[in-house]
Amino acid sequence: MEITHILFWFLSALAIAGAIGVIASKNPIYSVLCLVIVFFAISGHYILMNAQFLAIVNIIVYAGAIMVLFLFVIMLMNLNAETEPVKNIYMKMAGVISGLTLMIVLVAALAHSENANVVMRAGTSIGLTESLGKALFNNYVVPFEISSVLFLSAMIGAILIGKKDSATEIK
Amino acid sequence: MDAIQLIYLVPLLPLLGFIINGLGRNALSKSVTGFIGSAVIFLSFCLSVWIFFAVSSEGFTTQNISYFNFIDVYKLHIPFEFQVDQLTSVFLLIITGVGFLIHVYSVSYMKEESQSGFGRYFSYLNLFVFSMLILVLGGNYVIMFIGWEGVGLCSYLLIGFWFKDHANNNAAKKAFVMNRIGDMGFLLAMFWMVSLYGTVSYHDLYNSDNGIITALSTINSHAIVGITLLLFVGAMGKSAQIPLYTWLPDAMAGPTPVSALIHAATMVTAGIYMIARSNILYSLAPATLAVVAGIGLATAIFAAIIALKQNDIKKVLAYSTVSQLGYMFLGLGVGAFSAAVFHVMTHAFFKALLFLAAGSVIHAMGGEQDITKMGGLGKKMKITYVTFFIATLAISGIPPFAGFFSKDEILSAAFAQSPVLYILGFGGALLTAFYMFRLMAMTFKGKFRGTPEQEHHLHESPAAMTVPLIILAILSAFGGFLGLPELFVNDGNEIDKFLSPVFEHSKQFIIIKEVPQQTELILLVVSSVLIIIVSIWAWNKYKKYAPSVSENGLVKAIKNKFYVDEIYDAVFVRPYRSLSTFLNNVFDKRGIDGIVNGVGKTVNYGSRQLRLLQSGQVGSYLLLMVIGLLILFIIQLFTK
Amino acid sequence: MEIKWYIFLSLVLFCIGIIGALTRRNSIIVFMCIELMLNSVNLLLVAFSKMHLTPVNAFGPAMATSAQIFVFFIMIVAAAEVSVGLAIIVMLYRNTRSIDINFLNRLKN
Repeated sequence: MEITHILFWFLSALAIAGAIGVIASKNPIYSVLCLVIVFFAISGHYILMNAQFLAIVNIIVYAGAIMVLFLFVIMLMNLNAETEPVKNIYMKMAGVISGLTLMIVLVAALAHSENANVVMRAGTSIGLTESLGKALFNNYVVPFEISSVLFLSAMIGAILIGKKDSATEIK
Repeated sequence: MDAIQLIYLVPLLPLLGFIINGLGRNALSKSVTGFIGSAVIFLSFCLSVWIFFAVSSEGFTTQNISYFNFIDVYKLHIPFEFQVDQLTSVFLLIITGVGFLIHVYSVSYMKEESQSGFGRYFSYLNLFVFSMLILVLGGNYVIMFIGWEGVGLCSYLLIGFWFKDHANNNAAKKAFVMNRIGDMGFLLAMFWMVSLYGTVSYHDLYNSDNGIITALSTINSHAIVGITLLLFVGAMGKSAQIPLYTWLPDAMAGPTPVSALIHAATMVTAGIYMIARSNILYSLAPATLAVVAGIGLATAIFAAIIALKQNDIKKVLAYSTVSQLGYMFLGLGVGAFSAAVFHVMTHAFFKALLFLAAGSVIHAMGGEQDITKMGGLGKKMKITYVTFFIATLAISGIPPFAGFFSKDEILSAAFAQSPVLYILGFGGALLTAFYMFRLMAMTFKGKFRGTPEQEHHLHESPAAMTVPLIILAILSAFGGFLGLPELFVNDGNEIDKFLSPVFEHSKQFIIIKEVPQQTELILLVVSSVLIIIVSIWAWNKYKKYAPSVSENGLVKAIKNKFYVDEIYDAVFVRPYRSLSTFLNNVFDKRGIDGIVNGVGKTVNYGSRQLRLLQSGQVGSYLLLMVIGLLILFIIQLFTK
Repeated sequence: MEIKWYIFLSLVLFCIGIIGALTRRNSIIVFMCIELMLNSVNLLLVAFSKMHLTPVNAFGPAMATSAQIFVFFIMIVAAAEVSVGLAIIVMLYRNTRSIDINFLNRLKN
């Protein structure tokens, strides 16, 4: 067995275990930490697939920024206690069953698709920063710039929603 | 200018009168309305006379005038067309002539009405004449059917003219429904004809050169028997034959001149006209003719028996109309078409006269119609008395009045067919003489049996009412000379000669055996003598009428019109009504309403339940979304 | 490595995300599950980008490159989304003193 295969199975197991941890743990803090583990595992997958740029971005954006944001929010609101009320057991059952059914259906459908056994190419350079950067700034420069506008509006939106309702107080 | 080209004016003028009187019923004064109403009919009459002369001139052939396409669908072309021939022109004269006299009479008779009621009355009357003219002028069965329905409608409107009285409305409805039953037969016959021949035009069907029916020679083919029977059902309804006759006596609910119009000039003669018009068709179906004769004879006798014991002056006349119509159908049934038309004509004269005179009596009695409360009116109302007497002589068939000749012609044709028909028919004639003289005697002779107040008011009617009576009396007295039998004058039967082109073709199929002249003479003399004896007997019996209480069962049954109305009520109306109630309760309320309401309730309930899904909870929305996704995937991926 | 293993991995991750979103009431965890689902899709996209390698043509970059750029943009959008979403959760908490997702039923009315 090649090293990449071993790594694949290891990272997959890690990702799935982390994902289960996310939904299973009662404490949100643990959930966040599990999710970080999942993200790291996915980044590992990216590296395995020779997509280094995305791996790094994934770690920086997701594991670094977004998860820290989550942690901040949880800690600020002091939610680490297990305050979550118990959801209706039937709803839980229904959720689990439907989710599992969806998984089975999709797996069963895709397992026999004719392209399922295509072997992935290894050792290409398209995932490297150079080629992606060229594509990004040659062909996708306009969406890239527009995404900055998106960020700006998200920022403004977040501030507007998150700040105290001063507008009503002034009135 | 050719009179035939102006034929469209004949029905147009009454229509114009209808429109003017109908729209101006509140604006025009009564005299103007009366004048317009009568004048348009008079002008039509003058045109009809002109047309009559044009038709009777040498070398006249049947004219077919097509105006526009009335129905034009795929292969079916039904033009709006008029056909003018001898039969049409005779009917035109009867309708407009007698109609005009009735209009003039009405001006005086209806003067008590309010202004708008008066206008309404005259507009209906004009419309009635218009419809009847369309009926006889129409060049195909569809146009005839327009008029056919038109008279049905007008009879409904006029019978229910005093619609504030519920009984009148019921009578009007009865007339309408009975007519509808007949109309159904007519309609089916038309459909059958269209599907069989693709046309309903007389010209195409009966043209003597290349008519579709004329070319046929198979006798009693199923289709023709069917068509003729269905047409006869229509005639039954319109001309009040058993079993659809009950509306006619009830139609007395309308004003008396209307009864005169319905009974004499229009409406009831429509059935006769239709069969006479289709004589070629009928002559190909002797089976139907036998049915026609049988029903005609049965009606003639049955109605005459009922008339024996009626005490309402108009009811007696109504049953006598039914009975006389029966004679006409008997005439048609034995193939004596021209005799039937002749009887239509004489009947129009004396029946109009009888009704108008009865109207005069009722007018004088202040609305009283019961003859047991009359008596001795002869002294007070000389003109009415004399004219009524002439009409009675005419209807009873006493020579030489009009009814004698026409009835005799029918009866002798019946004798040629079978002596049994003759004897039965003659029995009916005796009954006719009896009840008519009973009516005469009870009304005009003896002591006055009404209230003193009524006696005080007794008076002769004004000239506008008596003049038409006199004219009609003259016609009733001498109208019969148009159809003198061979026996008296060689080639004396003018009407038969005149109408012979119309009935020429059917003579191939119907052979009327010549009755030996001696036999005919004996029959004539015997029948006349018998009728006169019966008349005198009835006259004497009822001259000094006094109400008697004793009644045996038969008399009671006759008095109650053999309970036919009650039987119809029990056999048709009640089961129908209970069936309707049943259907209403079970099918309509439970079934159809159940379905309709059930759909509504289901939707309502379903939405009520579905509303619960809109809990507003994100979790349940998510769950539903996933389930939906799942279903879509399953459909997409596993159903190929 | 056959592509199907990556497909199955992302499917499993995706469905775990769904189950989490359906079963938990804590809105932050629901939110995290949504992030998880997004990431599983990203993973699949990257895997597909390695499936066929079409050469760079005259009209633009190869599809493989486009797929990875696509993932990049998804991350951008996710970052923006998270900032706004967390702001909403904060406000929800401030107003209701709870982050129970069932309190978010104002859509009903």
